[in-house]
Order: sequence, then C-alpha cells, then structure tokens
Amino acid sequence: MVVNALRRILEALGHRVTKRIWRLGFAARFLFATLLHSGTALKRFHLTIREIYFTGVLSLIIILVSGLFVGMVLGLQGYDTLQRYGSTEALGILVALSLVRELGPVVSALLFASRAGSAITAEIGLMKATEQLSAMEMMAVNPIARVVAPRFWAGVISMPLLAALFSAMGIFGGYLVGVQLIGVDAGSFWSQMQASVDFREDIVNGVIKSFVFGVIVSWIAVFEGYDSDPTAEGVSGATTRTVVTSSLAILFADFILTAFMFRG
Amino acid sequence: MAWPRRAGPALLLESRGQKKQDMDDNPLIRLTDVNFAYDRRPILTGINMVIPRGKVVAIMGLSGCGKTTTLRLIGGQLKPSSGKVEVDGQVVHELDSDGLYELRRRMGMLFQFGALFTDMSVYDNIAFQMREHTDLPEELIHDMVMMKLHAVGLRGAARLMPSELSGGMARRVALARAIALDPMLIMYDEPFAGLDPISLSIVGELIRKLNDALGTSSIVVTHDVQESLKIVDYVYFVSAGKIVAEGTAEQIKHSTEPYVHQFVWGEPDGPVNFHYPTTRPYGEEMLSGPGRKQVWW
Repeated sequence: MVVNALRRILEALGHRVTKRIWRLGFAARFLFATLLHSGTALKRFHLTIREIYFTGVLSLIIILVSGLFVGMVLGLQGYDTLQRYGSTEALGILVALSLVRELGPVVSALLFASRAGSAITAEIGLMKATEQLSAMEMMAVNPIARVVAPRFWAGVISMPLLAALFSAMGIFGGYLVGVQLIGVDAGSFWSQMQASVDFREDIVNGVIKSFVFGVIVSWIAVFEGYDSDPTAEGVSGATTRTVVTSSLAILFADFILTAFMFRG
Repeated sequence: MAWPRRAGPALLLESRGQKKQDMDDNPLIRLTDVNFAYDRRPILTGINMVIPRGKVVAIMGLSGCGKTTTLRLIGGQLKPSSGKVEVDGQVVHELDSDGLYELRRRMGMLFQFGALFTDMSVYDNIAFQMREHTDLPEELIHDMVMMKLHAVGLRGAARLMPSELSGGMARRVALARAIALDPMLIMYDEPFAGLDPISLSIVGELIRKLNDALGTSSIVVTHDVQESLKIVDYVYFVSAGKIVAEGTAEQIKHSTEPYVHQFVWGEPDGPVNFHYPTTRPYGEEMLSGPGRKQVWW
C-alpha cells in the first residue's frame, strides 16, 4: 500500500519534471527556428518597425513615469543615507550608478514583461485560437517568419532603448529631488556623476544587461503565445506564465550577469 | 484506373457507371487507405477518397467524425499514421517544407469562422497572399483585390476591419481571400456554420459559382445537408472515422440507407445515438452520485 503510494508520487513527480524538460527543449528549438527565420523580419524591416511601435513606443509612458519616480525615491533615500556620512555631494553618483548598472535594466525589463510581453503572448495566443496562424500556414506563409520573428526582434531592439530612457528619466528625477528640492549643489551633483560613471564598465554593461533581458522577455512572450492552448483559459494562462517566468528569469539572469560584470 | 478498394462495410450508393469512371480518371486528390490517430486514439480508419478536377465534393458527417482532420491531411497540416494522401500527383506527407509550401500556394482554404487577420483591413487581408508571394505592383494588387471583393459582393467593404463585419460578410471576405491567387483547390471547413438563411444561401451559391468560374476543385466539409446538397456534385459520408456512404446529391437524397436517411432528414431515431456511449446504467448513475448514500438493501 505504502509502496504503491510512494510509486505514484514518484511517477507524478517524474512526469512533471520530464514534461518541463521537454517543454524547455521545445522552447530552445523554437528560439532556434525564430532566429533561422528572422530574414523576413530584417529584410522587410517595416514589419519589425510596426511591432516596435506596439511594444516599445506604447510602453514609453509607463517606463518614463516609473523611471521618474524611481529616480525621485533614490534621490530622497540617497540623500538621507549620505548626509549621515557628510557626503551629500555624492548623490549624483549614487543615483546614476544605481540606475545605469542595476535599476534601469532590471525595473524597465520587469515593466516591459508586464506591459509588452503579456500583450505579445495574448496577441499570438489569440491568433492561434482564432486559426489565424493556421490560415497563414495554409497560405504558404510561415507564421514564425511573419508573426513571431518581427515581434521577437522588436522586443530585443526596444528593451535597451527603454532601459536607457528609464535611466535618463531616473537621473532627472534624482536631480529634481536632490538639487531642486533639497538643495544639493548642482555642480557637485553633475560633475561627480560625470567623473565616476565609466562608459565601458557601467553604461555598456547596463546596455548588455538590458539586451539580454530583451532576448529573455521576447523569447518567453512569443513562445508562450505560440505554445498556448487555443482556448480562452489557455491564452490567459499563457499570459500569466509570461509575466511570472519573465520576471523570475530577469532576476536570475541579473544575478548571474552582475556576478560576471562587477566582480570588483 | 481502378476505383480504390475500401476497407469496411461502406455503402456505394451510385450505380457503377460513367460517373464513377469520370471521377477515377486523373483525380486532383486521392486518399488511399489513410489511417490517422491522435496518440493512440484512432480518428480516421481506412479512408479511400477521390476528388476529381473541377467538381464540388462534400464530406459530411457528425461533429467530431474526422471531417476537418481529412482536410488537414490534404493540406499537409497533419501526417497520416499510414496510407497515402496525393494532391495533383504529389504525395503530400512526403514533401519537404519548401515542397509543401509550394503546393499550398495552389490551395485556398476557408476556415470555419473565417480566420481573418484581425489587425488588417478587409483589403489587406485579401492582398496578403499577393504581397507575400508575388512582386506585383500595388496598382495591380489593388485591381485584383477589388475583383475578388466584387466577386463576393463586398467591394464597398474594402476599408472595413474584420471586427466591423457580420458573420456572413466575414465568411465572404474569407472566401475572397481563399481565391486570391486563383488556386487549383479550395477547401471549405464548415462554410455554413452559424449563418442566417440568406447569408447561408449566398455563400452556398458563391461556392458553386466560383468553382465553375475559376475552374477549380472544391471540398466542402459540412453537416448542413440541405444547403450543400444543392451545390455539390458528389458526397462522402463519414462516421466514426470511416466512409460509410457516398454518391451524388440526388442519390444521397433518395437513399434508404438508415445512417444516410437519418442524417439527411435529421431524424432523432436511427443508427446514430443521441447519447455518448457509457457502460454504466442510468439508474445506477442516479443512485450513486456524489453526496448520496449507497443503497445497500
């Protein structure tokens, strides 16, 4: 009796694990197929530009507003901490490095996954549910080349740009609070920032991070949409999975990248 | 060329004569002993079917009997477990990806609910294939799109979005899209589902007229007997994954075969059961439902 119950538990566990590994393998093959069929998206670039508008441009409001408030909070918190050590003039460095190295890429990627990633999954999932993808296949048009690849590349291109805008807006928010509101010296704020932020070490690494996050979010979003069950429940489940999986993947990848980039 | 042998007790309704000979000679599509199963669940068993050139052929049967699966096998979206699916002399499931896409360029398909691209206007939906597969200038594409829309009576709806169309209009736009590149074969998956009587009649008439005007062949998968019998040349009846009867529209109408008779006249009693098969008697089911005490005496 006990042996049977144990066997059933192990079987269920094994089934779940193999199912996930199989799905991961399918996702890897799907990414490979997307890259292989990217010719259309890059040759007929207007297809990708259209998707950049939907995923990138329409995400601007949430990215800019969030960036501003994150920068303002950093200004307040940073000033509070730095004044204990009498180094409030270093506020510019604190705000800039926090945003460019870490918060800019990570927070904008999390927002991008919620705003654009979920939209991409829902759109592709609904196209599948309403047989639009099948119709495309029957018209001898590869849906991976025509639908998936432009959305994937739009996400990859948009993400670093959005992260840069997030960081710029955050720095402006930090300036507003630190210099305009609290009264930190504007010269110290900007000059210390200029002197301490390294282009290759900080900015380029931040851009690399946001590029990697762009690949991760776009990959998960297009895959979940394409692999969703063609039902209302299936599409809603896929949309939720996109946000949850992307967010966890971003945080995990951020730790790995940070460990390699900023080892000191 | 011999008429393919059929596995199982299928009924051949028509007298063996000229009609059969016509259908056998150089058909556009030939399915030979086709079997198909999802995992281990058989969907189609020993299907033998011939679709001649220039004809409208219906595949009829109850929902879930394997009609749409047959279309998907012909379109190469599914591969048979065994048997052979030939379209225009090519074995569909043996084609590589390029060969399959090449073949599909000569096919059109109308999906059950139209499957129009919701982010494109009616015009762009019809122009889609022309832009994807040809290098035609935009002026010529415009003229071709308008001709297709005129053929289905919707030239005035070119700038509308799919969300602004009624069910019947969407089906006609999908029909115009299916004939965009003048295919050799048009497949219709439940073209009459959910249409009002007027739209239904218009769509039916269009299927026949377009088939004759374009010189294509058409396969209509449907369970709308009365409308389809008005327009088709030949009918295959599928039940539980097997062809159980076939014949011309007239022969089907006057058939005395119990299954065909029940289906054509929509009779509640006959060989087709209303109830899904179960091994448990009704009384037992009612007495042992959740929350009920077992009747032990």
